[in-house]
Formats: sequence, structure tokens, C-alpha cells
Amino acid sequence: MTDINTNTPMEKLTPGGDIYTAGNAKDFKTGDWRSAYPVFLSDKCKQCGLCFPVCPEDAIPVGKEDLKRKDFNYDYCKGCGVCAKVCPFGAIEMREEGAQ
Amino acid sequence: MSIRERLSGNEAAATAMKQINPDVVAAFPITPSTEIPQYFSTFVDNGLVDTEFVAVESEHSAMSACIGAEAAGARAMTATSANGLSLMWEMIYIASSLRLPIVMSLVNRAVSGPLNIHNDHSDAMGARDAGWIMLFSENNQEAYDNTLMAHRIAENKNVRLPLMVCQDGFITSHSIENIELLEDDKVKEFVGTYKPEHYLLNKDEPIAVGPLDLQSYLFEHKAMQAEAMRNAKQVILDVAKDFEKMTGRKYGLFEEYKLDDAEIAIVCMNSTAGTTKFVVDKLRAQGIKAGLLKVRVFRPFPVDEIANALSHLKAIAVLDKADSLNAAGGALFEDVTSAMYVNNIHVPAVNYVYGIGGRDTKADDIESVYNDLSEIVKTEKIDNPYRYLGLRKEAQK
Repeated sequence: MTDINTNTPMEKLTPGGDIYTAGNAKDFKTGDWRSAYPVFLSDKCKQCGLCFPVCPEDAIPVGKEDLKRKDFNYDYCKGCGVCAKVCPFGAIEMREEGAQ
Repeated sequence: MSIRERLSGNEAAATAMKQINPDVVAAFPITPSTEIPQYFSTFVDNGLVDTEFVAVESEHSAMSACIGAEAAGARAMTATSANGLSLMWEMIYIASSLRLPIVMSLVNRAVSGPLNIHNDHSDAMGARDAGWIMLFSENNQEAYDNTLMAHRIAENKNVRLPLMVCQDGFITSHSIENIELLEDDKVKEFVGTYKPEHYLLNKDEPIAVGPLDLQSYLFEHKAMQAEAMRNAKQVILDVAKDFEKMTGRKYGLFEEYKLDDAEIAIVCMNSTAGTTKFVVDKLRAQGIKAGLLKVRVFRPFPVDEIANALSHLKAIAVLDKADSLNAAGGALFEDVTSAMYVNNIHVPAVNYVYGIGGRDTKADDIESVYNDLSEIVKTEKIDNPYRYLGLRKEAQK
């Protein structure tokens, strides 16, 4: 399957929009759906590990070696706020998108 | 050697399905199409087919199961009528937009309400923009033949669209007529096996079907559907040619009955064409040059072909067995007249809404239409093109 993007002409699209490859959800960045965004306050974080398993978008990266959570991946975070809700230490703060 | 039988229209459709032997049939009973899944489930029970019969809980589920089966790579069929088709509504658009060549037997019945189980075309006409190929059948033989041709058309790689074979509820579905059947092995060879290029159960190629299709893509995908519908016209003719070689029975986009030298003609679909042929013969014996154009392929609509076939007439009447309730005229009338307009052909045309809710349309009714047409030719006047045939009204003072 050729790489399909917003410039692909009709003749090169697949019937019904079928996608003939696997693992390409990452090509569709959902971050711009956000109306609120989480801020990671690393000094308050105890690395308890409660936040990243509840993220529906896998937008909290965890280090392969140190097993510590890193800052948010805003390409995919939809701002649902579940992580902020589960954090026992107030290390995740939700702010309105666009606000400073 | 073909097999001579006598079958009802529903039996004919079920027999065609048996000979096609699809992978999956998912259906829910609704009058007057109930007998089709009923007969078919006995074929399943008696081991005459290899089909997985899914006894679903609703028509929405029937179409959903067909969609799932086709996307998986199977050949799926169903049957329904009227409100059953209404309940499939959401899924018939999914089926066509995902380009799944499901074949459905639609036994035409009035869509309620008030509640009515008898024949008109309001179910089919409601679905006319849903992206399905629509074939209409005058009698049980045509319902059988159209079903045998259906998969070759729907599954063609330039088409890949679902297809419905229509016939008139009760009038043909429950009437027993003589019919010529083909031998099972001939049908098997003609229909062939379904070999989709991409399908969900292919472990070597994981695919996604029906993804999110937003502003940047849906327009193009809809245009591709429209192109497939245009492609279908030639495929329908090619398949009909092969079918004729095997059976001697000739099918086109429409049938012209004594239309060549006709001066006045009726355009209609399904069983009314049989009544109209009888009337045409009667009028011809009286020296009246009456003719008929029976539409077989309603979607794709044969725009240029129909316009040209009607171009030499002095007046035409288009019979619609469904009222569009648009204060303008029936669906077939609108399609026929706009086909003529874009081809720059002008023939005086009138529309008759008729047979609603199974109201019987007799030879006398059809003859009155030809009389009206003769009057139009004589007076060159059409007071109101949007008319009713057989409607009860207070006597005019």
C-alpha cells in the first residue's frame, strides 16, 4: 500500500478506505482534540507508577531502563485527565488548553 | 438441458440461493420475504448447502452479520421486505461504503404506516440513494435469473458494491408460475468462487476495515462509490451476455416491448410490466401503437440509454409504485424525465402513482393510462403531470 495522506488523489485511495497494513494508529495524532492538558510536576512525583497504566492513549512514556515515567507525549494526549485523578501526590495538574 | 419446474417467486429466490451455496446467510423473517430464509434454513438443515445460517434477532443484525462475513472474506446473502429494510437502514450504507458485495433479495412491500403488508415499492425507493445496485424482476423467472447473475456483478473488481434483487411482494413472491431452472453444476460454474483481494481473515495481511474517514477522505471515497456504480452498467451487460450464452434468456438494462415503432409508451418496473404487455398486445390489435419500457436496472440508472429509447415517442407515462411525497412526482418519473432533459430530448411525460399498499392494478387501469396518452398526443396538453391511478375520489361535479 502506498503512503496515503491528505494530498493523495482519489485514484490512489483504497476502496472503502480499507487500510492494508497494521500498527499505523500512531500516524494519526489525536493531541489536537484536547481542550485541557496535563502538566507533569516532576518534583512532586514519587514514581509510584499509578498514572501510566490508566492512560487510554499510552501518552505517558516510561523509560525502558530506569522504569521511570517521563513527560507527556502531547502528540497523542487527549487531555482526559484520568492520570491527574489517580495521582495521589498532586504531581499532575490539568490546565485549560491555550491558557498559560 | 434446463429443468422445468413450477415455483413461487420466493421459492425461486431461495432455490437460486441454494444453488449459489453462499458461505453465510443471515436473515430475520418479515412478510412477504419470510419464506426465503424459511426455505433456505430447510436446505441448511437437510445438508443441501454448506452455508452458515445465522438466525439473528433483527434485520439490523442480519445486515451487520452479512457485513462482518463479507469483510472476513465470505460470500453473504440475506432477504427482507419493507420495515425489515428500514431497520437495516444504518447498515445498508455501511455495506455499500465498505464496498462489500452482499446480495439481498428484497421482496417489495409498503413501508408502514399505517400498517400494511402488501406490495408497493416504497421500501426500494427509500433505499435508492444507499449505493446498492438495484435489479427489478417482472416474474419468478427473472427473480431467479437476476439472483444468479448478482454475485458476478457485485463482486467484479471494478464494482464491489452490494446488490439487491427486487420482486413484487405476494404478486410474484407468492404466485406459482412455470420456471426454467439450471443444473446445480452449471450455476456453480457460472457464479464461481468468491476470491476477495483483501479480507480480514487473511493472516498474512492484517487490515483495517471501516476506519475513521474525516474531511480529508470521505469525499473521495464517496466519489469512488459513484464511479463503481457507473462501472456497474457495463459489467451488468457483460454478465447478461454470458448468462444468455448459457440459458438463451436475454437481459439488458431494460426491456423494450413493442417500443420500436410505438407512439405512446409506459415506463414501469416489476410485475406491472406483465399486465402492461397484455394491454399493449390488446391495443396493438386495435391498431394503437402502444409500447412498454420495463426498467430492470434501476441503480445504476441507465440515463442515456433510457432517454434514447424513449426519444421517438409522442407521449410517455411513468408509473411509480411509491409516492415520493415531495409534491413533485415519483422517483422513477424524476429519473426518467431528468435523463431526457440532460440528453436534450423532449417528449410530453406524465407520472402516475399507482398500486400503493397492494391496491390491485388491472388491465383496465393500464388501458386508461394509454387512453390518457392518446388524448395528450391529440390535444398536446398536460394539465397536471403528477397523477394517481386507481385512487378513490369524490365524483367530479
